Amino acid sequence: MRLRTLTALAGALTLSLVTGCAQGGGTGASSNTVTYWLWDANQLPAYQACAKGFEKENPELDVRITQLGWSDYWTKLTAGFIAGTQPDVFTDHIQNFGQFADLKVLEPLDDLGIDDSAYQPGLAANWIGKDGHRYGAPKDWDTVALFYNARMTADAGLTPEELNSLSWNPEDGGTFEKAIAHLTIDRNGRRGDEPGFDRHNVKVYGLATGGGGYGDGQTQWSNFAASAGWDYLDKARWGTKYQYDSRTFQSVIKWYFGLAEKGYMPPLADYNVQSNQQNTQIAAGKAATAFDGAWMISTYAGFKGKDIRTALTPVGPTGKRATMMNGLADSITKASRNKEGARKWVSYLASDTCQKVVGGYGVVFPATPAGTEAAVAAYRKKGIDVSSFTEPVADKKRFRTFSYPIASYSADMTALMQPAMEDIYGNGKPVSSLDETNDQINLILSQ
Amino acid sequence: MTVASSSPPSRLPLSGAEPLEPTKKGRARARGDGPVAALFIAPAMLGFLVFLLWPTLRGVYLSFTRFNLLTPPQWVGLDNYVRMVNDPIFWDSLTVTVEYVVINIGVQTVAALAIAVLLQRLTRSALLRGIVLTPYLMSNVVAGLVWLWILDTQLGIGNEIVGALGVDRIPFLADETWAIPTIALINVWRHVGYTALLIFAGLQAIPDDVYEAARVDGASEWRMFWRITMPLLRPVLAVVLIMTVIGSFQVFDTVAVTTAGGPANATNVLQYYIYGSAFGRFQFGYASAMSVALLVVLSAITVLQYRLTRAGRSDLG
Repeated sequence: MRLRTLTALAGALTLSLVTGCAQGGGTGASSNTVTYWLWDANQLPAYQACAKGFEKENPELDVRITQLGWSDYWTKLTAGFIAGTQPDVFTDHIQNFGQFADLKVLEPLDDLGIDDSAYQPGLAANWIGKDGHRYGAPKDWDTVALFYNARMTADAGLTPEELNSLSWNPEDGGTFEKAIAHLTIDRNGRRGDEPGFDRHNVKVYGLATGGGGYGDGQTQWSNFAASAGWDYLDKARWGTKYQYDSRTFQSVIKWYFGLAEKGYMPPLADYNVQSNQQNTQIAAGKAATAFDGAWMISTYAGFKGKDIRTALTPVGPTGKRATMMNGLADSITKASRNKEGARKWVSYLASDTCQKVVGGYGVVFPATPAGTEAAVAAYRKKGIDVSSFTEPVADKKRFRTFSYPIASYSADMTALMQPAMEDIYGNGKPVSSLDETNDQINLILSQ
Repeated sequence: MTVASSSPPSRLPLSGAEPLEPTKKGRARARGDGPVAALFIAPAMLGFLVFLLWPTLRGVYLSFTRFNLLTPPQWVGLDNYVRMVNDPIFWDSLTVTVEYVVINIGVQTVAALAIAVLLQRLTRSALLRGIVLTPYLMSNVVAGLVWLWILDTQLGIGNEIVGALGVDRIPFLADETWAIPTIALINVWRHVGYTALLIFAGLQAIPDDVYEAARVDGASEWRMFWRITMPLLRPVLAVVLIMTVIGSFQVFDTVAVTTAGGPANATNVLQYYIYGSAFGRFQFGYASAMSVALLVVLSAITVLQYRLTRAGRSDLG
């Protein structure tokens, strides 16, 4: 009797162990559910509103949205691809797109009828894979501008007009460096351009640091490199050679990280991707200006007691201003259990109807022109001027917009470029060391 | 060295009147207990097979393949191992990991031993023992994040204090020289209480009469520590060391949340490099090869430690 009880107990325990393993995840959709993932918490209400509109049009379908923080998002998505618990539709980033396309985990969307001209220029074409198939439907876009603390710039005697007409060059830094130097204040109250300035004891830095910038430098050095005429790759899309060995690029990097040596930008040691990004430095009053992306507009606007405004990126040696114009897209997973529903949802997400709703929330610039207009109006209603972000997209004569590097093996590129850039920034390694890193990356790319 | 083997194991119930051959009844009972014992072992055995043995064997197999998890693995022979031997980042990672282990285990063991001895010799307060254990109750990730904020170069309260003392701020987690010692000490802070309690348990197994005898002979606390406590504690200390060294080599979470391997790979410990290669770059074959290397290193260290410290034998006769 006792043995039987024990047998039953042990059996139950074993069974619970086994079933326990089989559970978990549970994101798989049924025929009438479409699961959708995104990472930006600010955008969640906008897409919930969009889903409501979609469900009204498609009463048989139910959209389930999950929001996860940026780093958890990609970890969980990767795990989902492996375990078969991936969502039907997810917000995709160019940085990961190449890898996902190579791993063949994305569903081609050629039959969705995405019309390039229905979106802001360049956005739709970025989501065509190496194999010529479309894997993403354009969702939104962002550019980079110079956020500044208006009180600090006023105290330094810099007008908004002056801040909007800065220029730079890799030799002496131009009026941009002069402005940054003047905005820097040391412990004794001396400004960065005054004699006796103590660069080792700085109270307020002219420019916030965003770290080494990995291989893209989106909100660090990319606008300088591009306004000097440099490109990441030998081709706009799916290039096979990175160009970190270019003398132009290396001179830009030398000048940019040199700002830290001069005391106008914090040293690498002050930066932490978790605890001290650019916006934190501005919020804490440790920096007067910061290059940051359009996705951060609401964050900067929310700093209590601080009047944060934006200016255009400076004019570079090419005579143009430059900013990365990055766009997100919605992708369908190859293993989706409800591809029909997923297609309908992605089509709706890419439509003017949805993008205008999202734009109305004033948290992001949707990819369609009408969606963008709705967003601009919504920001204006909140009292936020976003022209520093929209002008580069509208005026191609004065501005150069460029995409995030689109190539295979982007994770390998990042893994090699991150320590290389940190070595230059933090340990004073010569910029020529990038020649070797570039060779290593291109070797991987040639495989 | 020969003390342990020369003294007979008097506590084992062999020397009594029990016959060496089990009786018929005893054999029957032994047979009857077999299935029950098997049942008790079954869940743990299942866990061992499913979660330890199978993944290990599969990991060894994968180390000879090129594998991205989503398409079938391709056999590449020793390619991954050749690449590993020629990969400067792998060797850097190994060096960084060893540096971490030396600081972490060195400081932790000395501190834990000191705390345990103080707990044993000065107080028997259960409350105090509980307090010593509190950091261990916190998850590694939470502990890492809290320390990250405390030690932030620009904004951390720790650095505010350093600054107020008139000293230059210290980039604890953002400087090549400071980062590994800082991470090692964060983990000492979290684990020292637990290690101290393990050692404390070992101390309680040392009979009081040994100390009493020593005291009668006029031995000082210091002398008693070196002549009685340390030799009799050796087996426990050895096991604690083996366990903590293995754990220390596997450091990952604290690095992941505080420095993410930076700055410039200064804290790119082996586990973090393995993780990045596998889940960041989808090179599961290469990551498996490095995991196998870590397994070999850990096995060698464990065997060596076991031998050197004679962990299997006690001086307590």
